[in-house]
Amino acid sequence: MADHAEQPADGAAAPHTHEKREHWSGQTAFILAAIGSAVGLGNIWRFPGQAYEHGGGAFMIPYLVALITAGIPILFLENAIGHRFRGSAPLAMKRVHRNAEGVGWLHVAICFVIGLYYTAIIAWAVSYFFFSFDLSYADDPAGFFTADYLQLGEAGTVSLSFVPHVLIPLAAVWVVTIVILALGIHKGVERLNVIGIPVLVATFLVIVVRALFLDGAADGVAALFTPDFAALTDPQVWIAAYGQIFFSLSLAYGIMITYASYRRRRSNITAPGMVVAFGNSSFELLAGIGVFATLGFLAHEQGTTVAGLDNLAGPFLSFVTFPAVIAEMPGGAFFGALFFGSLVLAGMTSLVSVLQVISAALQDKFGLHPRGSAVAVGLVSAVLSIIGFGTTTGLYLLDTVDQWSNQLGIVAGAITMIAAALWFGRRGHELERHLAAVSTMRPGRYWIWLVNAVAVLLIYMFAEKAVSLIRDGYGGYPGWYLAVFGWGTAAFLLAVALLMPLLRWRRDIARFHAWPTREQLALPAEVGERHTEDYDPKGEP
Amino acid sequence: MTGDALTLMLVSIVLIWGGLAASIVYVARRPENDHMPAGGEDTRVPD
Repeated sequence: MADHAEQPADGAAAPHTHEKREHWSGQTAFILAAIGSAVGLGNIWRFPGQAYEHGGGAFMIPYLVALITAGIPILFLENAIGHRFRGSAPLAMKRVHRNAEGVGWLHVAICFVIGLYYTAIIAWAVSYFFFSFDLSYADDPAGFFTADYLQLGEAGTVSLSFVPHVLIPLAAVWVVTIVILALGIHKGVERLNVIGIPVLVATFLVIVVRALFLDGAADGVAALFTPDFAALTDPQVWIAAYGQIFFSLSLAYGIMITYASYRRRRSNITAPGMVVAFGNSSFELLAGIGVFATLGFLAHEQGTTVAGLDNLAGPFLSFVTFPAVIAEMPGGAFFGALFFGSLVLAGMTSLVSVLQVISAALQDKFGLHPRGSAVAVGLVSAVLSIIGFGTTTGLYLLDTVDQWSNQLGIVAGAITMIAAALWFGRRGHELERHLAAVSTMRPGRYWIWLVNAVAVLLIYMFAEKAVSLIRDGYGGYPGWYLAVFGWGTAAFLLAVALLMPLLRWRRDIARFHAWPTREQLALPAEVGERHTEDYDPKGEP
Repeated sequence: MTGDALTLMLVSIVLIWGGLAASIVYVARRPENDHMPAGGEDTRVPD
């Protein structure tokens, strides 16, 4: 590999500038990879349910406000951090503020936990893709999913009784994922997205167009968009909209920091970010229309209304309600395969981004080669994932861990990231001018104001969720179960964030100069700080 | 479908899909900033 980039402090180009980090092949590849990360299972099964439950068509108003005032500003922030400080989440955050490395490790830990169970859901989708050929699930979708396929045990218990139907596809998904990660950014992650995202969009378009011509489809779409304007006065509806935008865009768990760090230094950042944000929401809207058109068909076939149907969101929407639709629609086997194939693609492009965050962090911290790092991350994750989610109690564990890592951990990751970058690191102006200097679209001074305002909202969301989990528990699970697997997950995230910064860097992270320089950004020179105390020369690769 | 529902669906489609189309056109017409500061060149890592 070439030497690390060296830029003289005065900002003039060095005679031989080299960058050690891998690169996307171009802007389009980055945009597709970022959209691939953002577009995941949540777009298909979370957005339609959220919209339906929170005011129908009226939900689109807070949703759009949240996209503009929170989604795009935080996306810009992560892109700016990754692009300017050119590292995995821990490294970039350490360069943002010398004491903020733990924030990056919090992101890494969240990705590690999410990767464990996200793989299980993809494995279910793989199984259902094959089940679609003979419509195995058609007679009794609910019974097939819980009893025949998952062989669900008792809620709130722990079982090591493995389910072969789940274990085999789960292992297969891990093998494929490890291979993709080991191929590196250009040949692995990028290629998956450049091929996968157009195929995913085309496939989903076919599904949606077909769904719109089913009997009852118009009633289903009407159910989604019929507004309840009174909902707009409910603060919970606005929080739901901000939460949807936040979780949907893959914000605050290090993905966009990591992906932006693989862009070349002389790259446009903000305008491609707009494509990613609107691309994610566009797919979400498409999925919403498709899902509710098919629900309208199901309601029509069962002689009821959409309001009379169960399981309109989450895994049960995909693995119980949709199989019921597929069983009744003409050409169901074909469209079942297309739907579950879409789930697999959407899931894989997101899963790879989640695991890349971990792999990149280990490469930076311990000087590992991308291939070795990918295999190490993949093998450890695969074993834990199979033990936790390949058993008869995997669904309950998934449900519990998701609440703490996704609903609580990610919000904490966002708050600490903003606090480190803007409040303690005082990087607001620097990042704003960085974006303005390299991009075709200036973020403007209001950008920082919006990010600060979002942080306040996130603190409220975090406190509300934490109080709810402490006071009410979750899902009817016993207290010991939530203590071990719910709060245990939170403790794990915190432990990683606190302990990993104590380990020494095996690379010389001090050999770094941000570009454009502070002088070029018309900022006063920074008091020089070299992180040499963290550098272990014996460990340099 | 009521008039309100139809209106909200159309407004959402125009704003979100229109926003995507507009941002793609914007990036296609001006993919890079022509007035970046000096420096910042980097070379690609050999595959």
